[in-house]
Amino acid sequence: MHSSIYLTVLIVVPLFGALVAALKGRTPGLSYAVGVGTASVELVLSLVVALLYNPHVKGAGTWDFMSRHVLSAPLGLAYDVALDGISLLMVVLTALVLFLALLGARDRRHEPAFVAWLLLLTGFTMASFLSHDVLEFFIFFELTLVPSYFLISGWGGAQRSRAALKFFIYTFTGSAFLFIGILYLGFMNQHQTEGALSFSYSVLDHTAMSHGTAVWLFLAFAIAFAVKSPIFPFHTWSPVTYAEAPTAGSIELSALLAKLGTYGLLRFAVGLFPLALPTLRPLLLTLAVISILYGSLVACATPDLKRLVAYSSLAQMGFITLGIVTGSKIAMVGAVLLMFNHGVITAGFFLIVGFLEKRRGSYQIKDMTGLQGPAPVFAAIFTVVMMASIGLPGLSGFVSEYLILIGTFGTHAWWGAAATLGVVAAAAYLLWAYQRVFHGEAKGPNAEITDATPKERWVLVPVVVLIVALGVFPHPVLDRITPSVTQLIHHVAPAGVNK
Amino acid sequence: MSGLVIPSIHYLAILPILIFFGASLLLLVVSALVDTKVTTLLATAITALTGVATIVVAILQWSYVANHGASTTVAHAVVLDGFAVVGTVAIAASVVLSSFVAYDWARRERVAGADFHILALASATGALLMVSANDLIVIFLGLEILSIGLYVLVGFDRHRTTSAEASLKYFLLGGFASAIFIYGAALVYGATGSTNLGSIAYFLSNNLVLHPGLLYAGGALLLIGFAFKVAAVPFHLWSPDVYEGAPTPVTGVMASIVKVGAFLALLRVLISALGTQLDTWRPILFVLIALTCVVGAVVALVQRNVKRLLAYSSINQAGFILLGVWSGSARGVAATLFFVLTYAPVVIATFAVVTLMGGRGDELHSIDHYRGLARRQPWLGGALTVLLLSQLGARLTVGFYAKCTVLAAAIDSGGGALALVAILSAAVAAYFYLRWAMWLYADDDVEATRVVVPPMTGVVIGVGVVVAILFGLWPGPLVTWCQHAPLLFLP
Repeated sequence: MHSSIYLTVLIVVPLFGALVAALKGRTPGLSYAVGVGTASVELVLSLVVALLYNPHVKGAGTWDFMSRHVLSAPLGLAYDVALDGISLLMVVLTALVLFLALLGARDRRHEPAFVAWLLLLTGFTMASFLSHDVLEFFIFFELTLVPSYFLISGWGGAQRSRAALKFFIYTFTGSAFLFIGILYLGFMNQHQTEGALSFSYSVLDHTAMSHGTAVWLFLAFAIAFAVKSPIFPFHTWSPVTYAEAPTAGSIELSALLAKLGTYGLLRFAVGLFPLALPTLRPLLLTLAVISILYGSLVACATPDLKRLVAYSSLAQMGFITLGIVTGSKIAMVGAVLLMFNHGVITAGFFLIVGFLEKRRGSYQIKDMTGLQGPAPVFAAIFTVVMMASIGLPGLSGFVSEYLILIGTFGTHAWWGAAATLGVVAAAAYLLWAYQRVFHGEAKGPNAEITDATPKERWVLVPVVVLIVALGVFPHPVLDRITPSVTQLIHHVAPAGVNK
Repeated sequence: MSGLVIPSIHYLAILPILIFFGASLLLLVVSALVDTKVTTLLATAITALTGVATIVVAILQWSYVANHGASTTVAHAVVLDGFAVVGTVAIAASVVLSSFVAYDWARRERVAGADFHILALASATGALLMVSANDLIVIFLGLEILSIGLYVLVGFDRHRTTSAEASLKYFLLGGFASAIFIYGAALVYGATGSTNLGSIAYFLSNNLVLHPGLLYAGGALLLIGFAFKVAAVPFHLWSPDVYEGAPTPVTGVMASIVKVGAFLALLRVLISALGTQLDTWRPILFVLIALTCVVGAVVALVQRNVKRLLAYSSINQAGFILLGVWSGSARGVAATLFFVLTYAPVVIATFAVVTLMGGRGDELHSIDHYRGLARRQPWLGGALTVLLLSQLGARLTVGFYAKCTVLAAAIDSGGGALALVAILSAAVAAYFYLRWAMWLYADDDVEATRVVVPPMTGVVIGVGVVVAILFGLWPGPLVTWCQHAPLLFLP
């Protein structure tokens, strides 16, 4: 097993960078340089961890880099980090998204604070994905709220205060249930083992519980994660928040924080309460399918390009949830892969939309026509990202959606059929939007916009490369995910999960 | 030979009370003798010394208790146990912090003299008596000593009519609450034949109360008396008016010292004396807590005056503290101690900021006045943000662990539903804390004047922020200490 020092560094580097950026605020540009430096270090480090990761450590399942230090025994508080194939992917995504957000969506107003909040958010998200202790996860999960709140309320659009507050209250309320659930589970475990209070994942997943308790706890956990993801009907905060947030905020929220929700659902709700899954599966499948269809339908109707991306995100989160709850291994692998792919795709979308907004001063689709002429590079990259989102074979989105749908058809054919309609709808609203924005004849201000600058092109390069590479050659990633998913399925399987 | 037999007195147990009372008397004499120009400074110095001396005594008490176990003295009327020691520390620290704020406030308002400090020390004496009392009569004495000083303090600002109005309101309702309390004590005496908490517990555990009506009525009246003092809904109506009317440093005293004294005494009465009646008082407390949490959070949403807002916020917090009381377990006792111990400095520091912002005349308490504060003065605004986040229960502040411990205690005792109500009310409360924090960062170029932060108030705000962050990052030792305290609790 590798030393946990790698993971600690992954958490500490952005936090330290945030401190430096905040303190060195007086020199212009320096905080930004600190931010980019930190992001590069973080990205390199996460790739090193990805290469080192060994899914076959003896006695630790597929966990690697594991270590646990109890901080306060009476509180059951511990610093406990570990990494498996599922969190590995999220760690790389976290580092990548920070990189894209900083380079692609630089905001010069109060720059030191902007960089510091962004780095703090990354540090907390990183820590959430690396937590191997439920209470620790919860603390960092909640902590991500503070920087995202300040990012939205400080740098967002006209309605930013309302959006930020709405986002905070929704998520805070959701996590109230999670918090109660975690404490309840911890005490139940303590009474069974008659030992010290512990929230360690590997201790809690041996807790014996009745079917009823499992259902209630699953629901408590799932509400918090469904709000964060978001899943219908807990999504109402998301379009307004995504739309009002600054581009960097939208990227972080949809590419990263939303994944905290699905990751939590997979790791903690499904992983800790497998007993509840057979009972709740119809409900969850229904909500997932509604999210897919509802998100797609509203995306068709919305006149705002940024909101369109937000609603398409809702649909994609529905796909991920579908993959998580069907109980089929293939679908679950697909869901984990989609978490990563959707992060990259949606970051690409928000970046391009942000670039266009900077030129046109509006997110309204009706304000943009025929941009293909003056901005062919944007049109080309948008096409690649869009095709990946629709699920064109050969691009990354296809692999993950295909795996999810195959798995779902094997276990729940009707739900799979309904979800497939979502793929069709995605093609409809994205192509239609593309047609309205890029086709036609550019007139007036639309004709005068400039194409992507070299810097903007470079920012979009990793997005395109990842979309194509993971579409053609997903094996290195799948090889790292599959053992962990297999292990999770084995843990869940005795409780009556088929296949 | 009959006659008055003086009970044996263990002076270490009552030393904090004696120190505080002595300091109060000393100040009374000294302030009459020295020049009024230096009295306030002298009074602050003496108060600070008193506080420090008391904390030193508390450390001695702790080591004594750790070696010899909990004990009673003065004919079992006063207890020396870990629980009382924690309460003593909380009260002593609160008094010192409040006196610093009061010093700067008195200079600004041109209030000369040591009156504030004399009265604060006297009130704190009452609170100290309450946390170490083992007899309903002694608790009542403590309650009265605590209250009488405060009645005067609330009406201290003679230039404002609201201050006098608040004082009268507090006096009438406080007197009412005391009457209810003492009537409850009388009924409990009637039912059990004693006012001593230990004897009550002994009687109840060895006898079957055939007609429990008298006991229940007595217990209920005691509970109502306490509910008035801690401003639990529906006995809270006085608190926003009084918080608003009282001079702001006094509001800080009320939100800290009164709460510590009243909660710890309530805890002792319910657990020490009426522990066998757990199933009777729990449902009553259940309703009180649910109401207190929800009403406190919801009504605070519409407040525009920050002092009223903080009044409702402290009502909401009171609901959380009561949650620890409700659980009735050692874990619950520890959680309550941790909560009041960490809440007191944070709330005093918050009121210190409000005192500064109130400006000359102590009138500028509209939330509009806070627009863009953090933009103009990043340190002051940032400090207030941290203090508000701590009260909200944001992670990495001590407020989170305070809420965490009481919720854990309640869940451990089977109060999952109640804990859920409480934490959902905290989500509602998050709205007004955040809205306030958001005003601080509003991008506004209103031509507001910068607020000067005098050094002593600055220290208090600094202490509040340090407590909020330090114990938010590293709660371990303090939690452990509070867990040990109830182990040294008199059964």
